[in-house]
Amino acid sequence: MNLTEELRKAIAPLGDTEPRQDLWPHMLRRLDRQPRRAPYLDWALAAVLLASFFVFPKAVLAFFYQM
Amino acid sequence: MELLERFVADDMDAFETLFRQFQRDVYRWIVRIIRDPAAAEELTVETFWRIYRSRARFDPKREFGAWARRIATNLALDHLHRAPRESELDTDRIAEPSPDHTARHGVRDALRRAFRRLPPKLRAVATLALIEEQPQAVIAEALGISITAVKTREFRAVRLLRQSLKRMGVEI
Repeated sequence: MNLTEELRKAIAPLGDTEPRQDLWPHMLRRLDRQPRRAPYLDWALAAVLLASFFVFPKAVLAFFYQM
Repeated sequence: MELLERFVADDMDAFETLFRQFQRDVYRWIVRIIRDPAAAEELTVETFWRIYRSRARFDPKREFGAWARRIATNLALDHLHRAPRESELDTDRIAEPSPDHTARHGVRDALRRAFRRLPPKLRAVATLALIEEQPQAVIAEALGISITAVKTREFRAVRLLRQSLKRMGVEI
């Protein structure tokens, strides 16, 4: 028995299958939504900023002045 | 202005044209890897969302299809990593029963189980190369690896399959 041949018999090739529907309307909905993933970099920057306020408390005043 | 240049310049009509032109190819590529039509449709949309988001970085001289396939492959691999058991084989087309069905049934069932246990990276290569018979160069480009690396993964996948089958008492 040839393993590749048996594999192809066990899991048949899908070949040229088509999506079951037009995906463009889904795409438009996706474009209207925000990205699903959390903005990790933004959270990391916020954490660094918060940590810096504990180390340099006076920086809080400077920060809010700049805001 | 060419279609890809208009797409890079944030022309929504150009994006729609590209979407309609490539959605089938992207879907087929994803469904071949993850073998789950519903999830493949979602990932196709997600692939084009990422394409749209990165449009400013795209070089219009490059081949759009290859770029799309690369992004689609990364998403499909993430999907296999996240749901290695759920995404697999529910919708696989099983071959028609043959006269020696009962004798072969155990072997094929064992093969499916062994295949499901392959690490996602090996499973993706094994699916594309061994089952779907895609050219190694295309697989290599989509995965961002060399053809030699594709051959190595193919070899490792077959070896792991044999080991798995042996543990199940099946010799091929």
